[in-house]
Amino acid sequence: MVHQELKEYVGKMPESLLKEIEETCPAAKIKKVAKLVFEEYENSKISAGEAVGLVSAESIGEPGTQMTLNTFHFAGVAEMSVTKGLPRIIEILDARKNISTQTMDIYLNSPYYKGKDVRTLAMQIKETNMDSVVKEFSINVVDLKIDLILDTEKLTVLDLSSKKVQKILEKALDKTALIEVKGENLEVSLKGKEKDLNQLYKLKEKIKEIYVGGIKGITQVLPVRRKEEYIILTAGSNLRKVLDLEFVDGTRTTSNDIHEIKKILGIEAARQAVIEELLQVVETQGLNVDVRHLMLVADTMCSSGELKGITRYGVVSEKASVLARASFETPIKHLINASIVGEIDYLNSVVENVMLNQPVPLGTGMVRLITKK
Amino acid sequence: MTEVYLNGSYVGDIDNKDQFVENVKNERRKGGIAEGMNVQYKKELDRVEVHTSKGRDRRQVIVVKNGVPLLTEKHIKQLHKNELTWQDLVNQGVIEYLDAAEEENSLLAFYEQELTPEHTHLEVSPLVMLGLIAALVPYGNFTQSARLSIGSKNQKQSTGLYAANYLVRMDMDVNLLHTPQKPIVKTIIHDFSNYDQHPSGQNVIIAVMSYKGYNMEDSIILNKGSIERGFARSTYYRPAIAEELRYSGGLMDQISVPDKEVKGYKSERDYRFLEDDGIIYPEAQVKEDDVVIGKTSPPRFLSSLDEYSLASNIRRESSVSLKHGEEGVIDFVLLTDNEEGNKLVQVRIRDQRIPEIGDKFTSRHGQKGVIGLIVPESDMPFTSKGVIPDIIFSPHSIPSRMTVSQLMELIGAKTGALAGRYVDSTTFNAEPVDKVKKELLSLGFRDDGEEIMYNGISGERIAVRIFVGNMYYLKLRHMVANKIHARARGPIQLLTRQPTEGRAKEGGLRLGDMEKDTFVAHGTSLLLKERFDSDKTTVPVCESCGMIVIHDYIKDKRYCPVCGENVEINDVEMSYAFKLMLDEFKTLGIYPKLTLENKY
Repeated sequence: MVHQELKEYVGKMPESLLKEIEETCPAAKIKKVAKLVFEEYENSKISAGEAVGLVSAESIGEPGTQMTLNTFHFAGVAEMSVTKGLPRIIEILDARKNISTQTMDIYLNSPYYKGKDVRTLAMQIKETNMDSVVKEFSINVVDLKIDLILDTEKLTVLDLSSKKVQKILEKALDKTALIEVKGENLEVSLKGKEKDLNQLYKLKEKIKEIYVGGIKGITQVLPVRRKEEYIILTAGSNLRKVLDLEFVDGTRTTSNDIHEIKKILGIEAARQAVIEELLQVVETQGLNVDVRHLMLVADTMCSSGELKGITRYGVVSEKASVLARASFETPIKHLINASIVGEIDYLNSVVENVMLNQPVPLGTGMVRLITKK
Repeated sequence: MTEVYLNGSYVGDIDNKDQFVENVKNERRKGGIAEGMNVQYKKELDRVEVHTSKGRDRRQVIVVKNGVPLLTEKHIKQLHKNELTWQDLVNQGVIEYLDAAEEENSLLAFYEQELTPEHTHLEVSPLVMLGLIAALVPYGNFTQSARLSIGSKNQKQSTGLYAANYLVRMDMDVNLLHTPQKPIVKTIIHDFSNYDQHPSGQNVIIAVMSYKGYNMEDSIILNKGSIERGFARSTYYRPAIAEELRYSGGLMDQISVPDKEVKGYKSERDYRFLEDDGIIYPEAQVKEDDVVIGKTSPPRFLSSLDEYSLASNIRRESSVSLKHGEEGVIDFVLLTDNEEGNKLVQVRIRDQRIPEIGDKFTSRHGQKGVIGLIVPESDMPFTSKGVIPDIIFSPHSIPSRMTVSQLMELIGAKTGALAGRYVDSTTFNAEPVDKVKKELLSLGFRDDGEEIMYNGISGERIAVRIFVGNMYYLKLRHMVANKIHARARGPIQLLTRQPTEGRAKEGGLRLGDMEKDTFVAHGTSLLLKERFDSDKTTVPVCESCGMIVIHDYIKDKRYCPVCGENVEINDVEMSYAFKLMLDEFKTLGIYPKLTLENKY
């Protein structure tokens, strides 16, 4: 319930502001404070005809020029290598489908976030192949068999047993080989009449690649302590599978693959991810860019419901003006296509009008006088 | 068995590699084999490599035997008496040249005291690690290495006496300092290179202080009195060259005063300095656009038919004249032939350059600066002894650059000037500064070089002591007179009708993309339009087909080549570059139709 004195501002100011006034001001002064806040709020709004996009572009571009020269790498720190600095900014703004280093920040539910079993959990997330579960492959040349000596410690971490491994192998090898359990270990032999050593070697290599557990796509895991809690950093990303896990806090876990976020969590999440990823780069570089500039960029990239990069295939191709599109890369393509369909340029934006040497419809060029005849 | 390679190719095997290497070296020192040969034993490959090829970088060192250098006091005495030359020492095997390969097998000592029996060579002097120019920097071992490089780079750009025969030379773009002086603080290299025969700077008095903020950010303040007494005056020489070229069909250029009929004839005034041979006379005072060498060329495009026509006899003006903003005095005229036997005329123009705001100066320590202000002598600060500095240098240039050598030179030169002697500041081997300081103290000055100074304008005593002393200053060849450029209106390009580019063509200063963006960001839309009005045109456009129509100025009629005469035609204002673009669209087969709308 809003205070009596604040009623007239409902709808004119954000509710969070009203709430703050109510909570922090003594009742006697509420009216006066509200009036001042409202004035301040109105003043901080951007006026019509302000070139917000251009100001954003300059505000991001100018510190970007300082960035190129100092892309540091943190040597020796126990974190994985992630694309940083300008290359990362370009990657985000281009909305690349295949980013150079995928990572996830996996947050954990209680009680695990306090550090309980983090290593085990991490191992469960990591994509594991036979290669890492088997201690030793030995080929028995006489009997044409492969002995697999399993790493029992790893198996218990992954909640597997030799029986289960046998089943996985049988399924994967699709009955081309015979798998027998010998105590803790396995014995693999070829099925069929033609048996030779060559085939056995090939089989061995095939077995090494077989997926036994963990989450596909996650090639490295690293449990890290961030402030008071433990989180798991990964190389590689698979949001869908990771979010399904019981011990994962799905509300905070993120990936740095914006396209994946868009696919799994939707465009609003993708917009937020763009903002946060950009902000992270900007902040680690020790630069100071207002979030609202990044928000504007994220909005332009996501407003169509699809994630579009600031490239000639993305946002730029959406421009209404032929001339504006032609002035940004591949002019011939745009001009020919426009002439085929007979496109009309209404000269509503900046670039076209600069080309024609006409006043730009912004700032002082936006206002017109209409006279009565 | 060890393999032996000569210049990289295998020649044979030897049994005793140490003996072999030793023999080669001894034989070379004796003069038995070529002095330019170097030998190296490569341990990791177990092979001996002998090099005689050209292009190896080699350096001279003193040979050491059993920890004793072969160069003795006797040698040095003989050298002083000119009884011995450097080459004699090399021939005697006292000095030898090592290349990078042989150096690997040698143990060098920097100083004689460091010698042990293991050492094979002794460095001639630590100074040899520096190049000729870097060794000219005083107290080089007391400065940051980056500044040493910058300091030596700056010295290469200094004006001075660049050649003794400058009067009979035709150099392109050279500067000559009028009254160069020997540096008070000098190095041994100054002596070796006869620097006092061709100095390139002047000893001036420097005060390290601020003055009204006109020496911020590497600018310096100059005393007007010093300039009037001739400080840093220089002459700038520039030639004008014309050649009588031959063209096909026996036609050729002609150096003469052009006829009035000639195409492109300037005004009679422009040719006023030319004598009968079409060349200017020496000591003529010339300004921009004045013709220096009169020349006419045959018409440009001559088809065989035209050769006999009357029109083709009209020649084309191609005289050499002074460019925009240039001026000077004709110094020297030279008539000669070039390689092809064509007549060649060269005229040297001279221009006196008095220091002005923006001219560049430097000390020898990489502390360059431009003149920020020229102060009348009466307004300059002065010391309690009445000394007025020539230059005021900002103290902010010192801490971050760490040019300690600059401060040392200042004290050194002050002492030298007062004691009437030169101060040796050779890198690694300078006169100790403490000794110099004591001498300064004995001369009746503070040993730290500071003095009490008075404000030249108010006469008040300056609250702090000021670091004042002498220093060798160089005038660099970058002078504003060669660089200043501004334009309000001027020549335009034929194709785009936009202003030309560059100072030589009196071009405009480009307002680029990013500069344009700042206008947009400020919302100053009409200012932006005005800035881009340089190629503004008005074109008549047909209302029905939307293309540019023809305006026949003879009949004063406009008609559309597509729609005929009975259409509405309106004038549209646009940039000429856009009109060009529309034309290019048409060449692409694209129909750019303009739909007109009333602006109001």
